[in-house]
Amino acid sequence: MPKIFTVTQLTSYLKGLVESDPILRQVWVQGEISNFTLHSSGHMYFTVKDDQARLRCVMFRTENRRLKFQPADGLAVIVGGRIGIYPKNGEYQLYVEQMEPAGVGSLYLAYEELKKRLAGEGLFDPDCKKAIPGFPRKIGIITSPTGAAVRDIIRIVRRRCPVVDLLVIPAQVQGEAAPRSLCEALRLAGSVPGLDLLIIGRGGGSIEELWTFNDEEVVRAVASCPLPVISAVGHETDFTITDLAADLRAPTPSGAAEMAVPELRELRRRLLLMEERLRSAALQMLERKRNLLEFMEKHPVLREPHRWLDERRQRVDEIWDGLVRTVQSRLEKARAALERNLAALDALSPLATLRRGYSICRKKVDGRIVREAGEVSPGEKVRVLLSRGELVCTVEEAEKGEKTR
Amino acid sequence: MNADRIKEKSFEEAISRLEKIITELEQGEQTLEDNLKLFEEGIALARHCRSKLDEAQGKVEILLGIKEGIPQTEDFQPHGEEEV
Repeated sequence: MPKIFTVTQLTSYLKGLVESDPILRQVWVQGEISNFTLHSSGHMYFTVKDDQARLRCVMFRTENRRLKFQPADGLAVIVGGRIGIYPKNGEYQLYVEQMEPAGVGSLYLAYEELKKRLAGEGLFDPDCKKAIPGFPRKIGIITSPTGAAVRDIIRIVRRRCPVVDLLVIPAQVQGEAAPRSLCEALRLAGSVPGLDLLIIGRGGGSIEELWTFNDEEVVRAVASCPLPVISAVGHETDFTITDLAADLRAPTPSGAAEMAVPELRELRRRLLLMEERLRSAALQMLERKRNLLEFMEKHPVLREPHRWLDERRQRVDEIWDGLVRTVQSRLEKARAALERNLAALDALSPLATLRRGYSICRKKVDGRIVREAGEVSPGEKVRVLLSRGELVCTVEEAEKGEKTR
Repeated sequence: MNADRIKEKSFEEAISRLEKIITELEQGEQTLEDNLKLFEEGIALARHCRSKLDEAQGKVEILLGIKEGIPQTEDFQPHGEEEV
């Protein structure tokens, strides 16, 4: 007897088989949407079909919230998710987690490749970013002159900071000629004198329309632009490679205008505050100097200069007297010392010796002092110097003897 | 610091110099003469900044091309923003 299943049992068995299959757990399918319905719960129900088969799909609200496009019947898409079985109606279906328009899938791959390659070249390095001026004088706007972006930027710059000059540098922002047109506009912007900031961008559009801003030449032209560049492409959720190469990314063209210029009102307020501070700092400084002056004016020298002068005169006299006293006493001491020295000098003089009865004998011929008897011969004349007067004598005899002690 | 050099300053340069002058005055460590000079410079800078803010409304132009190095421009009026 073969085993008999209930419907529930068989469905449950199949569900187990399908849902544990590694391929069916994460599968990508390409086809065309049909029977699209958006339920009031926010979930999306649709079929993806090709010319021979159809596949039921459901995309829950939590997933479809992130979609960047509106799915519709006839649209070619690539859907990714898991295959499951819904027991209630016995049908298998794809639980869609991701969905992209079919043409975009290949674009997305190219985007990732270019981004990686240019990042590798250092095109997006933070060190290469130029500073955005705080108060630009003249801003170049590279965009379509007929688009919403240029209108938004002009309106907001005008409102925030009307003194700034704006120069629209027209360029095509979508279509085949757009990359070349944008590069040319960037080149022109570089040779307009006086520009100190550029905004490059466009309003929102489909991913294909924004794709120009993922063009390699455009990205390179933005990165190498000598002026600081703010990029403003599409909406907040659109990220292009131009955004990465720009010096600053704005979420939208309006956002770019707000980032580009300061609010004049705010600057006025700031300036007013500074003028106030300047004035009060100067006043305080003067106050401090005045206080110092007052302090000095109260000083006795300035308050009663005569009294001060009298005191000083008296002091000068005192010093003078002291000086005179010192000099005089020094003079007296010097005189006494001189006299003592003169007395000592006198005691040493040969004249003093003569006074004591000694005499000095000298040869008459040459005046040489005679110290020994042998120095003269008998008959030779000598002069004998006494304390008072001199004798001229003739030597009778020279008696050589011991040296007198 | 003479007036011509102040006039050449951008708004940002002038503001940042003004900020420095105020700080120096607030510290007040210079001589009276230096302080007065700083104050005068500060006043000139503030006046310069004010004139930048009070400048006439800027122009909005569109670039038509560059002929022999000179940009060819004309006034620009975005669509949907006609003057009333």
